[in-house]
Amino acid sequence: MMIGDRIKVQRGDITYKGTLMPSRDDSIVLKLDHGYNIGIKKDAKTFVKLIEKGKKIVPQKTPAPLINPCLSTVSILTTGGTIASKVDYRTGAVTSQFDVEDILRAIPELREIANFKGEVLYNILSENMRSEYWQTLAREIAAEIEGGSEGVMITHGTDTMGYTAAALSFMLVTPVPIVLVGSQRSADRPSSDNAMNAVCAAKVATSDIAEVSVVMHATMSDDYCLIHRGTRVRKMHTSRRDAFHSINASPIGKVDYSTREIETFAEYKKRDEHKVLVRDHIEPKCSLLKFYPGADPEIVDHYTSRCKGLVIEGTGLGHVSTEWIPHIKKAVEKGISIVMTSQCFSGRICDLVYDTGRDLLKAGIIEGGDMLPETALVKLMWVLGGTKDPEEVRTLMRKNIAGEISGL
Amino acid sequence: MKSVDYEVLGLRVGLEIHQQLDTKGKLFCNCPTELSKSGQPTYEIHRHLQVSESELGEIDRAALEEAQIKRRFIYKGYDTTCLVENDEEPPSPLNPDAIDIALEIALLLGMTPVDEIHTMRKIVIDGSNTSGFQRTAFVASDGKISLGDNLIHIDTVCLEEEAAQKISEDTNGVVYSLDRLGIPLVEITTSPEATTPGQVCSLAKWIGMILRSTGKVKRGIGTIRQDINVSIAKGARIEIKGVQTLDMIETIVEREVIRQVNLLKIKDELRKRGAKKVKEVLVDVSEVFDSPQGIGKPLKNNVVLAVKLPSFGGLILWEIQPDRQFFDELSDRLKRFFRGAFYTDGLPNEIGDDQIAGIRKKIGAGPDDCVVLVVDEESRARSALNAVIQRANEALEGIPEETRRALQNGNSAYMRPLPGAARMYPETDVLSVPISGERLKKINSSLPELICKRKGRYVREYDLSDDLAELIACSEQSALFERIIILGVSPTLVAKTLTATLSELRREGTPVQHLTDDHFIGVFEMISANKMVKEGILEVLRVLANTPSKTASVASSELGLEMLGKEDIEKLIMQVIESKRDLIKERGTDAMQPLMGLIMERVRGKVDGKLVSSLLKEKIYGGINGEDRKRGMGQSEG
Ligand SMILES: [Zn+2]
Repeated sequence: MMIGDRIKVQRGDITYKGTLMPSRDDSIVLKLDHGYNIGIKKDAKTFVKLIEKGKKIVPQKTPAPLINPCLSTVSILTTGGTIASKVDYRTGAVTSQFDVEDILRAIPELREIANFKGEVLYNILSENMRSEYWQTLAREIAAEIEGGSEGVMITHGTDTMGYTAAALSFMLVTPVPIVLVGSQRSADRPSSDNAMNAVCAAKVATSDIAEVSVVMHATMSDDYCLIHRGTRVRKMHTSRRDAFHSINASPIGKVDYSTREIETFAEYKKRDEHKVLVRDHIEPKCSLLKFYPGADPEIVDHYTSRCKGLVIEGTGLGHVSTEWIPHIKKAVEKGISIVMTSQCFSGRICDLVYDTGRDLLKAGIIEGGDMLPETALVKLMWVLGGTKDPEEVRTLMRKNIAGEISGL
Repeated sequence: MKSVDYEVLGLRVGLEIHQQLDTKGKLFCNCPTELSKSGQPTYEIHRHLQVSESELGEIDRAALEEAQIKRRFIYKGYDTTCLVENDEEPPSPLNPDAIDIALEIALLLGMTPVDEIHTMRKIVIDGSNTSGFQRTAFVASDGKISLGDNLIHIDTVCLEEEAAQKISEDTNGVVYSLDRLGIPLVEITTSPEATTPGQVCSLAKWIGMILRSTGKVKRGIGTIRQDINVSIAKGARIEIKGVQTLDMIETIVEREVIRQVNLLKIKDELRKRGAKKVKEVLVDVSEVFDSPQGIGKPLKNNVVLAVKLPSFGGLILWEIQPDRQFFDELSDRLKRFFRGAFYTDGLPNEIGDDQIAGIRKKIGAGPDDCVVLVVDEESRARSALNAVIQRANEALEGIPEETRRALQNGNSAYMRPLPGAARMYPETDVLSVPISGERLKKINSSLPELICKRKGRYVREYDLSDDLAELIACSEQSALFERIIILGVSPTLVAKTLTATLSELRREGTPVQHLTDDHFIGVFEMISANKMVKEGILEVLRVLANTPSKTASVASSELGLEMLGKEDIEKLIMQVIESKRDLIKERGTDAMQPLMGLIMERVRGKVDGKLVSSLLKEKIYGGINGEDRKRGMGQSEG
């Protein structure tokens, strides 16, 4: 018997009829005629009979929408974050939609904003992202821009969206907006934040803001989205719609969902100020290490034995225990670049205030300023991908490249 | 009205009963299952819901109709609601207590539970669920109960989350309160096997009795709702929602039968007149009203559109239900989106006869035809007339399948088309729950005594009157009643205290909700130990309700209600007799009555009247003391 077949299950005195559904264990899952699923134990009292073979469902394709010559062209590159999905109430199946046409069908409002083309780049969970995927993505985006796209939207799972946004910020110089967008509440629910996020992201993609940004809900309500700079954004809540926050910087602006108007409150690069440029060099052998009270200093040796660069999330202003300092010093002397950031996220590193900090500076750490630890990691990968010279690495890490660090 | 033969009409009625469960936490989070006490929202969320039309297709007419009206939803949250109600966090696993209660109810209804409970999402996009779906799970099926000579099948028991309460609706959006959202409820669906309105009412009462027998369901207004499915053989299935009192069920069924019968009469009349499908020809007749006088709405930005309903002449005023006419069937359909003015033949209006004649001429309406006019902004006016045309065409076919809303007087008004069956898909955030044989065995072995049986037992074992037994067996106090009886006090006294006395205190505004089981037990312990008389119960309970920290004995001694010992009473009687010697001499045994009055005035509530009476009798008959008594006897002998 196959999934989708109509079957009859007799169990003791009771008979159920319905459609056979996929099961997570060895019980029979049946979709009854009124739509409910139930689980039925398989044992000696259970008899199953086929009533009718299931019909294959042929998905219907709608013809490509007409191009509106008055609107600009935006590319949608999908990486796996579900911005749209489709529910088949007959079978209960939920399918993620990656095709541009399917996305437009699920979120018809997008058609009023731009003409879309696109490509399915990856279909992965965002925790399975890798640095080489960032490189491919950067090249694909550049190709879209060179091919005439006036804006690029990237759909992305929210968990590691901040890392990808930071990577693209360093790798690309762009004449057009590059916008990452996703949904915190699954696209298969009518209440999903997908549609509003996508509409606001499309609005930014057709705007003057030629930056890599993340556009997501600003509050728990469907009222407006914030435009976060790609190097300053962090997911600060596991599930809420307003999980994304700009840390240590103002968001670039906001998009009102009902009026679709953009209001900016920070400096940004304007459209067509620069030509597209890809600098996709990367050194994946970098790590991020969080210090905690009592952490064994040998952890530092372990990490630095297999890394070219290490970002430490220290306490407060950027501290680790005194025991760690000789280990850090030894690693720096071996030519490994070590960047200090803070597990407070908010605020900047200052290693001149306390003895530990001064000792760390003497040991050769690079102060990460007010960079987010994750952004510092991605930047270190990118810098080390370009140069092996520790002094140059130090200089670049302290220099503002994509709005990631301030107050220098 | 002549009586209706329901058998000939082929009446079939089914019930869908929604009952809130009295669990501590909600179905998918641990928030309390009480409505917010303060009623003061602490936050507010604004949302929209989206369902793409392509997904719905023809499957769900109801959801589609909702989707066409894109609305803003405003949710009021409280310190007693959390991210789950806000749809900002995945739900917790199904509340096991709620599952147990649902299983208990299923077993009481003779049903077979499923091996594994799967939670589904049922699309509801009227905003009453923040997620856009209601979580619901199929728990059991295939039950039956006998109702007199009839066997009624109970099709399903489902466990569901309660929806948010609608507070208001205006052009800004619909406002909902989140405190009710997520309270567990069971949905019990019967087969449409009830064949008379009276039977439907008995069925609802019987199921209600079974639900209350568990002692684990919520009580009070709004905690139980019945939806009624009504059809007659030639009619259509109509679902009437939101019936909150059992008393109305009979009337609602009767009136729905009347409605269907009358709609069938209209169909027959239309056939007889040779009516054809109404054409969608909408005519702009604004020019007839070039003078603003005579029409309710100014014409600025508005148009007057007219449509001809051929052969519908006069039918508009045909009565469908008492005080409702066919006109109401048409106008109900517009209420959701139309705010303009609506006119048709025969209804009172301010339109001049000349103007009506002008319009009839313009759209070519003959004497047998009906004309409907709407005044509104053009696109809304068009939708309004199209809805009228649709309803008129349905009248040619008979009765459209609908979900209707119960009105106060037993009539009903249109809500939306009947929902299609399949608008469910699995709730992937909630794991399925296997129901073990042991779990069922445990529940089965401790099924509660049904209230109807309990009542019989109270009459038999405790000699309660029929009415009192019914009252106490149904009440939430029946368990307490049985605990108190063990103390050896009069069951009738206890039952009356827990019913009549409590009602009396409640009526006078005493906060009886503060009374605990221990308070009652304390009171009856004193009664049973003769430390207090029954006449003092009300006063003591009043004190305890107002200051729950007190005990029954403290309260009664403060009130001076502690029982007097026999010696104290005798002393008092002697005092009174001494002071009223003259009276006794004068009246002899007739002095008994006034003396009794005098004594009781001083000790009421502290002493059993019977004891006073017997002691007093002894003293008066027997003389004032032993010597007197002897002397008296001697005298009579002599
Ligand atoms: Zn909650």
